[in-house]
Formats: sequence, C-alpha cells, structure tokens
Amino acid sequence: MATLFANSATLLGKELRTEFRSRELLTTTIVFVLMVVVLFSFTFDPSTAESRRFGPGLLWLAFLFAASLMLQPCFLREQNNDTLSSLRLAVSDPFAIFLAKVGANTLFLLVTELLMLPIFAVLYNVPVLPELPWLIVVLFLGSLGISVAGTALSAISAQARMRELLLPLLLLPLLTPVLVASTEVTVGLMDREPSVQWKGIGFLVVFDLVFLTALWLFGEYLLEE
Amino acid sequence: MNSFKLPPTGLRFEKIDKRYGGLYALRRVTFEIAPGECVVLAGRNGSGKTTLLRVASQIVRPTAGKLSFPGRDTAATGGNGLHGRPGYVAHTTMVYDELTAEENLVFFAKLQNVEQPVERAGELLREVGLIDRRTSPVRTFSRGMRQRIAIARALIHRPSVLLFDEPATGLDPTGIAWLANSLRELNKAGCTIVMSLHGESEISTLATRAVRLDAGAVVDDTNSGASLRSILNFGVA
Amino acid sequence: MTKRLLLGIVALLLVIAAAYASLYLAPEERTMGVIQRIFYFHVSSAWAGFSAFLICFVANLLYVWRRDQKYDWLGVSAAEVGLAFTTVVLITGPIWAHPVWGIWWTWDARLTSTFILWLLYVSYLLLRTLVEEPDRRALLSSLFGIFAFLDVPLVFGAIRWWRTQHPSPVILGGANSGLDPTMKMVFFFSAFAMHILMIFLVMERYEVEKMAGEVEVLRREVEVV
Repeated sequence: MATLFANSATLLGKELRTEFRSRELLTTTIVFVLMVVVLFSFTFDPSTAESRRFGPGLLWLAFLFAASLMLQPCFLREQNNDTLSSLRLAVSDPFAIFLAKVGANTLFLLVTELLMLPIFAVLYNVPVLPELPWLIVVLFLGSLGISVAGTALSAISAQARMRELLLPLLLLPLLTPVLVASTEVTVGLMDREPSVQWKGIGFLVVFDLVFLTALWLFGEYLLEE
Repeated sequence: MNSFKLPPTGLRFEKIDKRYGGLYALRRVTFEIAPGECVVLAGRNGSGKTTLLRVASQIVRPTAGKLSFPGRDTAATGGNGLHGRPGYVAHTTMVYDELTAEENLVFFAKLQNVEQPVERAGELLREVGLIDRRTSPVRTFSRGMRQRIAIARALIHRPSVLLFDEPATGLDPTGIAWLANSLRELNKAGCTIVMSLHGESEISTLATRAVRLDAGAVVDDTNSGASLRSILNFGVA
Repeated sequence: MTKRLLLGIVALLLVIAAAYASLYLAPEERTMGVIQRIFYFHVSSAWAGFSAFLICFVANLLYVWRRDQKYDWLGVSAAEVGLAFTTVVLITGPIWAHPVWGIWWTWDARLTSTFILWLLYVSYLLLRTLVEEPDRRALLSSLFGIFAFLDVPLVFGAIRWWRTQHPSPVILGGANSGLDPTMKMVFFFSAFAMHILMIFLVMERYEVEKMAGEVEVLRREVEVV
C-alpha cells in the first residue's frame, strides 16, 4: 500500500514536471475554454436571471469539451519511446500509474477552471465570490469525475484509430451524470439566494467512487499488451 | 561494474503462444534458461525474437502458456524490490525525451525502490559514459547515447535477468566493445542474459548458448547439439 | 439449426399474439385513446433492450476474465440487439407523444436516459470498428462496455433527480398507480414476447459473429503466407 502511494507520488511528480516544463497542455486548454465561454455568450442575451440559470451549464459544458481534448495526450504521450512499457516494468501496482494521471489531470482541470471563474463572472454578470469555497468543492468533485472517466477512456482510445474523435465520443455520454449534477450544484450556488445542494454533492462523490473503483479493478487490463 | 553478486535466476518458457488475430507470433515455445547463462536468440526478422523478449519481460501477456523464473527468491525480492523484474532494453529508449538523463534515471530508480536513487543514477551515468550529459534532455541525444541511456535505465535496479533486443544497434565499434565488456562483467556477477542478435559480432562471442526461432517456433538449440556458429549464421539471409 | 429456427417461430408467434392482445384484448385507456396501446410495445422494448445490455455486461466481464472469444461474440450481439430495441423505444416515444400532447419529444426522465443509453452503446459499436486486431478489439470494447454499464444507473439517477423539473407528461399515465388487471396481463405478456424475440435475435447475431470471427482468423493466416 505504501509503495502504491509512493509510486503514485513519484509518477505525479513526473507528470507535473513534464507539463510545467512545456505548459502546452495547460495553455491550450485554458484558451479553448475561454473561447467556448465567449462564443456561448454570443448565442443568447445574458440577462442576469438567464445567466444564473444557463451560465453554469454552459460553463460545465465548456469544461467537458476542453477535458475531452486535454485528456487525449494522457496515454498518447506514453507511446513515444514506449515509456508506458518501462512504467509498467518499474511499478509493482499499475493502479499507481492511473492514480498519478488522474491526480495530474484533476489538477490541470482545476487550475483551468479557477482561472476561468473570474472571467465567467465578469462576462455573464454572475457572482462567484460569495460561495467560493463551495464552488471549489463542486469544481473539484466534478473535475475528479471527469478525470477518472477520462483517464480510463484515454487509455482505450490511445489504442484505437481516429482517437481525436473517439475520446470525446466515448467520454461525453459517459459523463452526462457529472454534467447534470455539477450544473445543478453550481446553479444553486450562483442563485440569488445561494444554497448548497447536498444531493448533488453526494451524487458526485458516488460517481467518483464508482469509477475510481472500476479503474482500480480493471486498470491493469487497460494497459495490457 | 561493481563486484556484487546477483541472485541466480533462470527463465522457463512453457508452451508459450502469442496470437495476434489469426497470426501466431509465438507457437508453443518451450525451453529453459539456466541461471547465469548468456543466451543468444537468433532468427530472421519476424521470427518472434522481439515478441519472446517482451513476453519474458512481462510486458506482453502470452495468449497461452506459462513463464516462470526458477531460482529467484521471491521472498527476498517481494513484488518489485531490488532484482525484481528483468531489465529490458528494446529498440526504443523507454525514457522520457523531455526529462534530463539524470531525472529519468532517478525517476526509474525511485519507482523501483532503489536505495539512494540519486547516487545510483550518477553511478550508472558514469558507467555508460553519459555523466557529462546528465543535465541534458534525452531528446538532444544521438543514437548511440540513446542506446546507452536505455541500458542505464534497464540496469538501474540491478536486475538478475537482462533482456536485450539487438544490443549492438546504434553503437559504433567503440560502443560495441564497451557493451561487450559490460555484458561480460554482468554475466560474471551472475546476471542471466538473453539477447537477440542478427549475426556474429563481438557481442555474440559472449554467448554460452544459442536458440534459433523461425515463424514463432524454436527450431534449433545449442543444447541439442547444434553449434553456436551455425545457429547464428543461419539467421542471416 | 433447428433449435434456433423453432425459437424464431415461437418468437414470431408470441410477438403477433402480443400485438393482437395490445390492439384488441387490452381495454382502451381513458384519456389517451388508441395511441396509448403503443405503451405495450414501447415499454416492453425498453425492458428487452435493457436485458440485452445486461447480457452484454456479463459477457464483457466474462471476456476480461476468461479471454474466450465467444464472450466477445456474445457481447457485440447483445449490444447490437439492445441498440435495436432501444431505437424502437426512441422512435415510439415521439409517435406516442405527438398525437397525445402535440409535441414530438418529451423530456421525460426515462426517455432522456434511454437516449444517453443509446449513445453509449453506439459508442461501444463505434469503438469496435476502430480497433483492427480482434483480441485487442474484444478487450478494449469489453472494458468500455463495463464502464458504460456501470454508468447507466448513474445516468438514470441523475436525470430522474434533476431533469424532471419541466412539467413533462408522464408517459405511463396512471400506469404505476394501479394498472388495470387486463392491461397488466397484456403488458407482461408483451414483455415476455419481446424478451423471447430478443434472445432469438441475439442467438442469430451470435452465429453470424462467430462465422465472421472464424473467417477473419482464416483470412489473417492466409495473408501471412
């Protein structure tokens, strides 16, 4: 068990170091989300009431689209020089590889989302400061769900053709529950009288646990050759 | 290299099949390698040498059959302690281009619970002659240097079994001489070596045994009387 | 061969009988009139489709565990048949909705969830077309199939909880609260007939897949030579 966490930490360190050296994944993801959010704002006339109702959904949709693009290099990168094989050789529990990647992806998504939040607040005239702590909670739980499912499916799509289209195709229907629940909680938090939707939070926790468990049970088969 | 002794470990292939769709890359491969042997796998391209090495490294899971490592004291090595998995050098470096040579080695050392990972990485960089490029990203390396970093990565955890897919590729004569010497030292320390070769070279002189594959099956073995030379040369067109 | 033929005939007879029962034996529903009879067809298709997906899930698990090709054949057969029945549900939904409520699509929880279910299994089949090597295809699609099926209750849950705030017509009318005994009998008979039909179709599709699998093995062997 200790080795699992130690390995995951080492692997996470490598993921973060690789990304911060080039920062290409983060920058392209942030710009993409920004573009989607701005484009969405052109499609309707955001009165304050409408923004509160529709804004969160559009925001989460933007995050989902961005994630389905951002998650592609996840396992594709490991095909360069066949580093996936050396990882599998070096690590005793392949779940460590997944834990590290899920951790890194969740972190990247979270950073993107937190950077987008003030921009969204300004463009759509929606207050985000009052319930910021809870917003961070739902952003985290939602991003975790997106990352777990996305990392698993990225391992699948990396082994198929047309992977650029395939990953979104596999991922988006699967993440419908996350979209719905996260949106609901976020709407509640951005309402004129903000409230915390406990049902939604609980639901997201369940989603995250179900898929983390599935990844734990089946992860090694995703990497098999 | 260090004068440590490695726990003697052999390899046993029992009726190994590897199928890709209708194609059998390996067919009922059955033979055993004794601890400390230096074995050459010979055969044409596509005969299954690479696949067999990947099965031996446990990267590839056989469709049927069993792989075991007789002689390995699993209690001492545990899941992936020192000497755990075989060291494997393939056609690709299996290291990260964006990280430096040192970062790569420290990373792999840490994953495999190698003691004093930084020192061990330095030790290996010195041995493979890359010490003055320790802070260079691997993507700046030449073909020969890439081969050397791949070897360093494979040896980081002091494996008792070393699997080598065409070791001489990318090395100049000096490099080949150095590699032959290193392999000799490792073999002396007790490391079981299995390498695939195309033909005779300074490296093939190290071999104590040769096995030839053709179309995924074992067709010749020095253990059954064939000469080393005949097996090695048969493989060459 | 004859066993399957017999099953096919039985299935056909049962479906005809169920159709007859739905059209003539069941009493007419008070508010909706004749069109309500489509309910027997619509809901039984949904149940049969879902059972097919359950078979697919079990086949997927068995494949990952046993690696026997026949489980892969069973999985794809069940998925396709399930998709066919689900398509029927999605088509009969609007056919029912339009004359009764004047709208083509109702964002009814069940219908919406069924749509996502449909998308998930379309993705499953799409994934299969994008992986050439048969063993890899079987493994990857089985793993995706497992993830997809685990997602299904989450999809239904999320949509039922949060997407039924629109005043949508309840498809089953007063069905859940005390269905007329004759209606109940006709419904269960229809469901039974649909299941027999489903099993027959899965078996037929399995035979085709089995033949295709064997041909592919032969073809690859010939290509090598």
